[in-house]
Amino acid sequence: MIFAKELGDTLRGALDGDRRVVLLGEDIADPYGGAFKVTRGLSTAFPQRVRTTPISEGAIAGISAGLALAGYRPIAEVMFGDFLTLMFDQVVNHITKYQAMYAGQATCPVIVRAATGGHRGYGPTHSQSLEKHFLGVPHLRVVAASLYHDPRVVFADFLGRDEPVLYVEHKLLYPQHLTLPVHGMVGDLIATSDCSPGMLPTIRLSAVPAAECAVSVLAYGYPALLAAKVVERLAMQEEIFAELVVPAQIAPMDWAPVLSSAAATGSVVTVEEGADGWSWGSEAASVLSRRLFGKLRRPVDVVASAPTVIPSSKTKEAAVLVGGAQIEAAIRRAC
Amino acid sequence: MRSTALAPARTDERLTGLAGEPPGHRRYRRMRFIRRFEETLLRLFEEGALNGTTHACIGQEADAVAVTEHLAEGDHIFSNHRCHGHYLAHSGDALGLLAEIMGKEAGVCRGVGGSQHICAPGFKSNGVQGGIVPNAAGIALANQLAGNGAVSVVFIGDGTLGEGVVYETLNMAALWKLPLLVVCEDNRWAQSTPVAANLAGDMAARFAAFGVPVREVGSTDVEELSAIAGEEVGAVRAGRGPRVLLIHTYRLCHHSKSDDERPEQEIAERWLVEPLVVHGRRLDAADRARIDDEVETALAEVVATARALP
Repeated sequence: MIFAKELGDTLRGALDGDRRVVLLGEDIADPYGGAFKVTRGLSTAFPQRVRTTPISEGAIAGISAGLALAGYRPIAEVMFGDFLTLMFDQVVNHITKYQAMYAGQATCPVIVRAATGGHRGYGPTHSQSLEKHFLGVPHLRVVAASLYHDPRVVFADFLGRDEPVLYVEHKLLYPQHLTLPVHGMVGDLIATSDCSPGMLPTIRLSAVPAAECAVSVLAYGYPALLAAKVVERLAMQEEIFAELVVPAQIAPMDWAPVLSSAAATGSVVTVEEGADGWSWGSEAASVLSRRLFGKLRRPVDVVASAPTVIPSSKTKEAAVLVGGAQIEAAIRRAC
Repeated sequence: MRSTALAPARTDERLTGLAGEPPGHRRYRRMRFIRRFEETLLRLFEEGALNGTTHACIGQEADAVAVTEHLAEGDHIFSNHRCHGHYLAHSGDALGLLAEIMGKEAGVCRGVGGSQHICAPGFKSNGVQGGIVPNAAGIALANQLAGNGAVSVVFIGDGTLGEGVVYETLNMAALWKLPLLVVCEDNRWAQSTPVAANLAGDMAARFAAFGVPVREVGSTDVEELSAIAGEEVGAVRAGRGPRVLLIHTYRLCHHSKSDDERPEQEIAERWLVEPLVVHGRRLDAADRARIDDEVETALAEVVATARALP
């Protein structure tokens, strides 16, 4: 099944298994079933708890917060991740504040799902990966969809805990098939799964064991898929070996698998589709310089998109967003 | 409601109403309690005993007392930066609130929340304008889904009508017929800005545009407000969708601590019709003096207890 259907199936399971689960979002009801069809069929099966809303992101987040305070498990869909800005106040000053500022007397476990990312020609306001603005918001977990993580496992974790989560779903993952590790392999790559207590698994992919790799590539979401293709090709064609490290949770980070890989390879490249600077990769570079100072052969290389608007034109968009070519060039530099 | 209180609220009949007391006495006592609590806070601030800031509701006590007396177990109040009166009318927990504002561990939120961020069973407040309205609507939706007949109340002010999320929420609450009561206390001033410079058009029409029934009253009379609030709470509880209780009132004190540039004459006129004056006339002088004394003594004990807390 493609990821969009796997995710829809996950949400159906959540609604079926837990009467506290409520889905809110724009155009999520049948027959339309959401802009990316993730929720198709769900409003028919659960008409009370799957509600299409007006174009009101602030109220979608705010009503979700109230539901969560009252013991429900709201899952809010943001049609385009670009519109997350319209719920920033709710996320920063309400949803993530309540538990801590009320000294633990309330919890606000809102799950926000957002369709992010470019390469679709949707232009400057429908293509962004704005999650970096949410990284580091205290008491907010930010988790990225990937083809190496079963959304059922990820959502079971969300629903089993009392913390708010932002789940970013890169649009280009929706039509792809999940590639979960089978017998320790993903395709021709060796796959291992590392997980510190309380964290979601980090998947490590490489053609040879990490100790024989020249570089660690840290990536999430769609760029992780791009990076996997580069890693696989360089290994098969040129015997350039890199280990790809793909966390599900990108804030707060489970640094242990990253440090383990980086210590083994001595060189790190980070990849993200968001705009360059003040980013996930910058934070990784900062943490790695503190934790592995003197143990890396070279500075951490941060690969990110150009800090400008994302053009609609296919060629111009490709020139701005991170693609396989930049990832490959960075890996070659870092070996 | 998912809310695990740190400790049961500490209440005192001398502040919240004596058993068997006539309702009129009880309302006077509760308003007097809120008034004197706020005045005590302002004194403690001047003395340097408190940290941060506070927004007193002096002049608006009747709203809190009138609305909360119609709420029941399971109902929920969401309040704003000016939340002390609402909280005290709801819980009677003067010590928990004072300790909170003093930043003490025994405070209702262990000193983390302070004046504007209070949580207790059936009550929450937040200091950002507007955002509490959808939060209250979400609680209303939870009540609707659970079919428990509970009412979600949110207190806002005229200044909050500048925030867009209020209108997003009114729209959705009306579409979904949520059991939500919005109490808008129009105290004529948003911090230092008069309502005339803040608000275009008609205040009530803003709510009516969403098909939400608006009950509009210009009053500081707790008896009048209580009767109206009872009808509004009852209508929401009956499942007839969201409603707005729009109360035109007045804030007699400054916005927060000592920031008042309003015309002195305007304020002086409002002191003549403030809630304690309006309702106090209904009480015998002796009863009024007795209640005042009881409130004073009880509050003095609260202050002494709070001061001694670690």
